[in-house]
Amino acid sequence: MRGWMGKFRTLALFGALTLILSGCGVDNLSALKPKGYGAELLLDLMMISIAIMIFVFVIVMAIYAFVLIRYRQKKGQEHVIPKQTEGNKALEVIWTVIPIILLLVLAVPTVQATFDLADQSSQEDESAMTIEVTGNQYWWHFNYPKEEIAISQEMYIPTGERVYLNLKSSDVIHSFWLPSIAGKMDTNPGENMNTMYLEAYEEGVYWGHCAELCGPSHSLMDFRVVAVSPDKFEQWKEDMQNVDPEATPETTQAQEGQELFNNNCMSCHAIGGSSAGVGPNLTNFGNREKLAGIMEPSKENLVDWIVNPDEFKPGNNMPANIVGEEEASKIADYLLQLKHSDVGNDIPTKNTDK
Amino acid sequence: MSTTAAQKGGLGAAIWDYLTTVDHKKIAHLYLVAGGLFFLIGGLEAMLIRIQLMKPDNNFLAAGLYNEMITMHGTTMIFLAAMPLIFALMNAVVPLQIGARDVAFPFLNSLGFWLFLFGGLMLNVSWFTGGAPDAGWTNYAPLSTTSPGHGVDYYVMGLQISGAGTLIGGINFLVTIVNMRAPGMTYMRMPLFTWSTFVTSTLILFAFPALTVGLFLMMFDRMFGAAFFDVAKGGNVIIWEHLFWIFGHPEVYILILPLFGAFSDIFSTFSKKRLFGYSAMVFATVLIGFLGFMVWAHHMFTVGMGPIANSIFAVATMAIAVPTGIKIFNWLFTMWGGQIRMTSAMLWSVAFIPSFTIGGMTGVMLAAAAADFQYHDTYFVVGHFHYVIVGGVVFGIFAALHYWWPKMFGKVLNEKLGKLAFWPFFIGFHLTFFIQHFLGLMGMPRRYWVFLEGQGLEAGNMISTIGAFLMAIGSVIFLINVVYTAVKEKKVSGDPWDGRTLEWTMPSPPPHYNFVQTPLVRGLDPLWVEKTEGKEGMTPAEPLGDIHMPNASILPFTMSLGLFIAGFGFIYQTDDKTWLVAAVVGMAITLGSMLIRSLKDDLGHHIHKEELEEDIKKGVGK
Amino acid sequence: MSHEDVLNPKHMPHDPEKATLEGKNKFLAFWFFLGGETVLFASLFGTYIALNGSTAGENTPEHLFGLELVFLMTMMLLTSSLTSVYAMYHMKNHDFRKMQTWLAITVLLGLAFLGCEIYEFLHYVHEYEFTFGSSAFASAFYTLVGFHGGHVLFGLSWIVALMIRNQKRGLNLYNAPKFYVASLYWHFIDVVWVFIFTVVYLMGKVG
Repeated sequence: MRGWMGKFRTLALFGALTLILSGCGVDNLSALKPKGYGAELLLDLMMISIAIMIFVFVIVMAIYAFVLIRYRQKKGQEHVIPKQTEGNKALEVIWTVIPIILLLVLAVPTVQATFDLADQSSQEDESAMTIEVTGNQYWWHFNYPKEEIAISQEMYIPTGERVYLNLKSSDVIHSFWLPSIAGKMDTNPGENMNTMYLEAYEEGVYWGHCAELCGPSHSLMDFRVVAVSPDKFEQWKEDMQNVDPEATPETTQAQEGQELFNNNCMSCHAIGGSSAGVGPNLTNFGNREKLAGIMEPSKENLVDWIVNPDEFKPGNNMPANIVGEEEASKIADYLLQLKHSDVGNDIPTKNTDK
Repeated sequence: MSTTAAQKGGLGAAIWDYLTTVDHKKIAHLYLVAGGLFFLIGGLEAMLIRIQLMKPDNNFLAAGLYNEMITMHGTTMIFLAAMPLIFALMNAVVPLQIGARDVAFPFLNSLGFWLFLFGGLMLNVSWFTGGAPDAGWTNYAPLSTTSPGHGVDYYVMGLQISGAGTLIGGINFLVTIVNMRAPGMTYMRMPLFTWSTFVTSTLILFAFPALTVGLFLMMFDRMFGAAFFDVAKGGNVIIWEHLFWIFGHPEVYILILPLFGAFSDIFSTFSKKRLFGYSAMVFATVLIGFLGFMVWAHHMFTVGMGPIANSIFAVATMAIAVPTGIKIFNWLFTMWGGQIRMTSAMLWSVAFIPSFTIGGMTGVMLAAAAADFQYHDTYFVVGHFHYVIVGGVVFGIFAALHYWWPKMFGKVLNEKLGKLAFWPFFIGFHLTFFIQHFLGLMGMPRRYWVFLEGQGLEAGNMISTIGAFLMAIGSVIFLINVVYTAVKEKKVSGDPWDGRTLEWTMPSPPPHYNFVQTPLVRGLDPLWVEKTEGKEGMTPAEPLGDIHMPNASILPFTMSLGLFIAGFGFIYQTDDKTWLVAAVVGMAITLGSMLIRSLKDDLGHHIHKEELEEDIKKGVGK
Repeated sequence: MSHEDVLNPKHMPHDPEKATLEGKNKFLAFWFFLGGETVLFASLFGTYIALNGSTAGENTPEHLFGLELVFLMTMMLLTSSLTSVYAMYHMKNHDFRKMQTWLAITVLLGLAFLGCEIYEFLHYVHEYEFTFGSSAFASAFYTLVGFHGGHVLFGLSWIVALMIRNQKRGLNLYNAPKFYVASLYWHFIDVVWVFIFTVVYLMGKVG
């Protein structure tokens, strides 16, 4: 039985396999491919800790392998009594002191990074932007109080500057996680508001997840953060501030849809700049990359969703069968033509989106 | 007397014997069987979870059912599998290791078991009454307080009842170890397993009440209209997180420390060497236990405690790596220069070192507060804690079972099958969990019912599921081994491993009074001390005389049964007040049993010298 | 030690509660148990302090509490602690009758305390509509003080059961540890009340 050999081989195999199979995950989602200040800082911190840990692991495994080969009982040694050593002061001091030093080496950048990411010193500045993020079962609402813009599911931010987020929840605890930009922070109900900031280096559509169990559709509570250049962001702001919620659509089908929407959906949903409602704000719906955060934004999917949302997001609060399929189709036409701003549409969607 | 009754009667008498027993060795059997059963249930739940996550957008389990599955998997494995299996080992071994005839409170020992069992049954009944708890094993408010149905109510009542049992068990072992040691068994001569039981019991004593309070608050909110976690009435949901983790973090050490102790005994025995740096090991155990209370908030780095609190808890958490590292090196140097025999018990122990080292290292990585903004609640965390709990606790339980099986049942588990069970489990374990660290960093949060296509998570999840199947195969082979050994293997002597500590000085399984005469302990590894001087067994510390033993009792069973019944009453009175009858009847059974217990004198009985002399002629006590 | 020696000892030792191994075990276990109880109450206090201001616009502590009754209750409970010390003093002197008498006084004081507490709660409910579910503060208040009240009730039942059970046969090595441990429990309850008096009532009135 060559236990340790098998062990090493399997371990090495896993490492290799993992890296070959998946690289480091997909762009704009993986924490291992940082595209923003926070994520980069955190990856550096991870790398320091991994380096220290691998150093320790190699030493432990070297002793381990030596001991297991050298001191296996051989045939004919059954009656050998080894020396009963009690301990060794020098050795024990060494393996107490060295880990302490290694941990101190890790503790310093840890504390630095922790304070760095909690830094809110410039939030009150005139030029700083704060977005109020509200987690809901199972969608996200983004409110720009200074700019008087409200939007759900897809947040727009300018690249190259710090954007502060004030995070809250309207129901249970969620967690706002944007791995490739900045890590995560919980959204709590009640008084416990949290603040974090985003700083994206380059334009892109970044994927976010909810990272705190919040009910049956926890895994379907995705969102997007669209980072665009400051100029484009100014354009987006202007577009969004000039949304006319009552604008009449072009086709008759969509016009009928608008009326149906106003009669059936407006008690929960909104178009234009209202703050968080019962349901998602549907401004700029036609330009959303995903439907309900997870589905292809095709008309077919949208109709199915309107008729029976529970089939796609179990346990969500939107009632089924408010309207029939035919009416849903009209509403879908209306919603899909809601294209209030085409800023960001030119960002080449990266490998993940089909 | 109960034991003789069992020998005479048939199955009924045997069942009655186990229902009423206060013998720590039989209670160990009960814990083992119940814990093993729950381990299988929890394992089955794990398999269903892995099948669901085998491919993207899978629809094998419905979303709600999936959440019930993960909740019950975690809760079952921690509270109903790992804890009782550890209690099985503690009961089977600790009194023997310190030279005691029983624990300090045999009656409470039995009560602790029945409370645990009825609490565990209560939790699992929820599957059949409209849905299991579904808010995760951490049960965060307000997801838990607003969860529809009665699932979370079952969580609250089940854990409250079984938690009381655990607390009682903890106090019992503390007193046993302080007061019941044989002459000469000083603290610094206690085997490491006993030491770690001692520290673990202290942790149980100070950690479980926090959970008790948390569960009460949850119960009051859900069943009696309180507003602790209702933000509309000024409630604060973070209180639950604090209370849960003030309990929950020490709980991690409650689970791992006894196995650290078991590994120490095993490494020492199968290397034929005394434990390297014994006093450092004791010190490290105590230090880990102490620090275990200072670090609970590292589970809450993303809650928004602010950078100061986060930094303090980060550094405190890193500090735990130091005593843990001391332990790893001491184990390695226990084997250094020894004569290593690679038995199944040793194989599991040897496999533990790299596995647990990886778990410890990812633990330090998680302790880096800021980096936890990426790790937290992702598969990285899932990978980490399975490395610690499976690679540490489960490997430890397998090792300890192989090691002490002959002491508990008189037969050595088949070695070939033992190794055959080990390899698929070991390989499967690394396949399942190593890749999960990467899945987490690549953007897969924990507790995800489905992952979507095109996020680069397919291959990793597939590998993980394959690994889980290998682990299942290993577990099944172990079960086959248990049956095979019971049927085919031969009885062995009281000391099959060339042991060093007191439990190996008596026949296997031991007579129900353990020691004919209390032994005199003359050093660390007392049996080894005698062996090096060429003696067969221990020098007795007392003349042969009558032995005082406790009486069997059905009251622990009825007390627990009463709480079980009352639990249903409390749960369903929210629907229909007539259920309060069940609560009243249940509490009456429990309180009535307690009253009988306190009014009726129970002085125990004596085993007379003559009976002992006869036993000695038959070969007991060498 | 034979059963006879335990139930009818020829000579009672000075510390009858610790004369047998069972007694020693009980004594030690109870101290451990009180350690656990301390964590239990610490958790309840923590919760109470966290929710102290969370009155949701309902009754505040300043508004509710009157110190006169609470002060009286404190005096009752502190005195009962003293009387239970007397009872244990007589136990150590093997004077069973006097021990029973002092325990009876302890019980009476405890009952009076409990009566006051029930009156206090009813008063809050009826006069102020301050119920268990009014606000998070209300829940925390009733839970903390109520847990203590439950402990008082349990302690009283326990002492009374011991007194009745052993009335005829007097003190022996089997029941001495039981009496002793019950009195320890009673002291613990008193100590907890001192903290409740300070944290809940005094700080509630002043803060």
